[in-house]
Amino acid sequence: MTTDVLDSHLAANDSHGHDHGEAVSNTVFGFWIYIMTDCVLFATVFVGYVVLSHNYAGGPTGKELFDLPYAFGETLFLLFSSVTYGFAMLAMHTNNRKQVLIWLAVTFLLGLGFISMELHEFAGMITEGNGPDRSAFLSGFFTLVGTHGAHVSVGLLWMAVMMGQVMTKGLSTRVQSRLMRLSMFWHFLDVIWIGVFTVVYLMGVMA
Amino acid sequence: MLGKLTLSAIPYDNPIIMGAVAFSLLVAFGIAGAITYYGKWGYLWSEWLTSVDHKKIGVMYIILALVMLLRGFADAIMMRAQQAFSFGASHGYLPAEHFDQIFTAHGTIMIFFMAMPFLLGLMNVVVPLQIGARDVAFPALNSVSLWLTVVSAMLVMVSLGVGEFSQGGWTGYPPLTELHFSPGSGVDYWIWALQISGIGTTLTGLNFLITILKMRAPGMTLMRMPVFTWAALCTSILIIMAFPALTGTLAMLTLDRYAGMHFFTNAMGGNMMLYTNLLWVWGHPEVYILIIPAFGVFSEVVATFSGKRLFGYKSMVYATMAIAFLSFTVWLHHFFTMGAGPDVNAFFGITTMIIAVPTGVKVFNWLFTMYKGRVRFNQAMYWTIGFIVTFVIGGVSGVLLAIPGADFVFHNSEFLIAHFHNMLIPGALFGYFAGYTYWFPKAFGFRLNEKWGKRAFWAWLTGFYVAFMPLYVLGFMGMPRRLYHYSNPAWHPYLEVAAVGAVLVMLGIAFQVVQLIVSIKEREQTRDLTGDPWDGRTLEWAIASPAPFYNFAHIPQVQDLDALTDMKERQVIYKRPEKYEDIHMPKNTGVGFIMGVFAFLFGFAMVWHIWWLAIAGALAITGSIIARATTEDVDYYVPAAQVERTENERYRQLPSAAVYGGASEADDDTLVPAASA
Repeated sequence: MTTDVLDSHLAANDSHGHDHGEAVSNTVFGFWIYIMTDCVLFATVFVGYVVLSHNYAGGPTGKELFDLPYAFGETLFLLFSSVTYGFAMLAMHTNNRKQVLIWLAVTFLLGLGFISMELHEFAGMITEGNGPDRSAFLSGFFTLVGTHGAHVSVGLLWMAVMMGQVMTKGLSTRVQSRLMRLSMFWHFLDVIWIGVFTVVYLMGVMA
Repeated sequence: MLGKLTLSAIPYDNPIIMGAVAFSLLVAFGIAGAITYYGKWGYLWSEWLTSVDHKKIGVMYIILALVMLLRGFADAIMMRAQQAFSFGASHGYLPAEHFDQIFTAHGTIMIFFMAMPFLLGLMNVVVPLQIGARDVAFPALNSVSLWLTVVSAMLVMVSLGVGEFSQGGWTGYPPLTELHFSPGSGVDYWIWALQISGIGTTLTGLNFLITILKMRAPGMTLMRMPVFTWAALCTSILIIMAFPALTGTLAMLTLDRYAGMHFFTNAMGGNMMLYTNLLWVWGHPEVYILIIPAFGVFSEVVATFSGKRLFGYKSMVYATMAIAFLSFTVWLHHFFTMGAGPDVNAFFGITTMIIAVPTGVKVFNWLFTMYKGRVRFNQAMYWTIGFIVTFVIGGVSGVLLAIPGADFVFHNSEFLIAHFHNMLIPGALFGYFAGYTYWFPKAFGFRLNEKWGKRAFWAWLTGFYVAFMPLYVLGFMGMPRRLYHYSNPAWHPYLEVAAVGAVLVMLGIAFQVVQLIVSIKEREQTRDLTGDPWDGRTLEWAIASPAPFYNFAHIPQVQDLDALTDMKERQVIYKRPEKYEDIHMPKNTGVGFIMGVFAFLFGFAMVWHIWWLAIAGALAITGSIIARATTEDVDYYVPAAQVERTENERYRQLPSAAVYGGASEADDDTLVPAASA
């Protein structure tokens, strides 16, 4: 039978049975696929926002609501948290447990800073009567930004659990695999945020 | 404390609903009583509910599908009866709002809780066996997926007796499904049932994608995968790409209903067509998610029972991939009447028609496989041939509907109903039935009764034609779908005929029940001792029936597309290996079942706005995930001695059975069937 190059490449990676090396590579691959599904979810929410982004229903526009320097501050928190997570991964590869914990803690605090700023922004808008029920535009805004924020919050919870695991279990193969996946998740949320910052804040202020 | 839930949510005054509730409860208590009487709760828990064995998970999916088929069919025959009676002065026996719930429940159940579990069940049972793997990539996650699906079906069942079900149709279009027009609990039941099961399905798609790409036996390149596995791969990709869109869309509708947002409302800038577009971005691939696995079953069945290699294997694979790709380019044909303009409609009309091309390739491949083959008319083959003939008619009506101008006339008419039932009953359901009979021996170790299977087939096939051909005519006569009452005398006779068709289908289902009972009773006569009852061509038939829990004592080496046929020809099958090794297997876990229970509580609490319970449910789910993530003790080794005992038992049985190819004598160590004569 004919054999494609691609096929044999994939098949060659097949070591069978459930040895741990394979299990780890499967979970990482699986997590990539999970991220793809999350991408589609975000795409859906982005579409919702973009389609409704000019349906102000007599309410405020993005130009009136968004504080660009503030949003840029949020962005810096998140981007630097990705850098510090990278340092945690570097420490993990040198098997330095203490440094992993320190960098995870720094990342956690930066992420927490991002979430706090976002919640503060939301609270301000809601108290001024510009909540998600004010107009379709604001429904889309709160849902898109909120979906991202919910993901970051899940990431923070996960990070807290992982700090606990690093403390109690050390840097075992499984813990390392989980840190690896959390790393993918965390960077992924950065990428999404770049999209949010561009589409929502930059384009919103321009419109 | 109980949110919106009060005693008035239970429809005491409706004898039809109360009868259905009483019947369901009776069955449930009957089963629970029987389990208690025979003392089987422990067995049920340790061997089934907590099982991560893909074959058992598959069987449980299919049991769910068959049970929900009964429920969905009960809805169907009630609609047919209502439309047969509710003409002119008579208003039938159902009030309008009850009729609306029934057609919504029928569609929702048949798609999400009959078809989806059926195909996922077949994939679960078959795919790891076909690729020579011992389980799926993430066995515990597989169990989570199963239970999320089961509890969602339970939410739909609960809506029967507590509250109501949605009246918005299975697609749940706003603004009808917005709070303003549907203030009751029905839409919320619909939302949460779909949301929870949809997440389970996404996880299954992910699981099977990794399983198929990473866990194939050595030598099984992509182009040596059995066609059913290819179909499962395409379906998994479609699930991964499409279901998150459903999750997002439902979430927006949820926010409209729960948080006063304005995604799809009439006022405040909402846009209902946004929902329609997003729903069908999921919805059209969903149609292919349902049909592609059935195509895979037909391909396996037709090759096996024609005794030939599948004609045009490569074109079959490319056609499947083409259909999978094209399924994302046609969503707008579900609402040509939106008014997108002639250019947009023409684009989607043409892409829709293009789908007929790869589908046609498949039909010809099946026909040419049979051509000059030695066709054995097994019941699975009956379903396949019945499918080919009937499906072509549905395909032609689909091409007709793809013409935007014609669609404006047929939109939302009975013609559409006839069309998609004409695709999904033969295209999906007949395929699942064929798969059910074909792989039944692999799951249970004995064959299903042929006589009753063929009776069921004929009842289903004639029932289908009698029930749905009149609907095409009614579409031409201008009858809209979903009418609970009408006054046009010209429609009446056709609807009476359609009701007769539903009765014939009911006979078909009854015959299938009889078939199952008869088959279990006579299982000693139809026991499959060889593990290869049909002279199969793929790896699942290389091992014992029922398959041992570790599937393969040794992972097979694949050298050809029809791996087993090739092994039979090279006479390397049925050779007793010299020694066995320990086998690494995942441990059973209750995490899937427990998360399912929490998800049910969460969903029910959200429907009734019982916030404390919803929060508790969500926290409990999070806790379960964390608890699972901190468990390191998730696998174990099956000792080689145990594997040897199990395998010896199989080899002991083998010589007494007539192995295909004619060999029945064997020396001590090997049993070599004569090369296929």
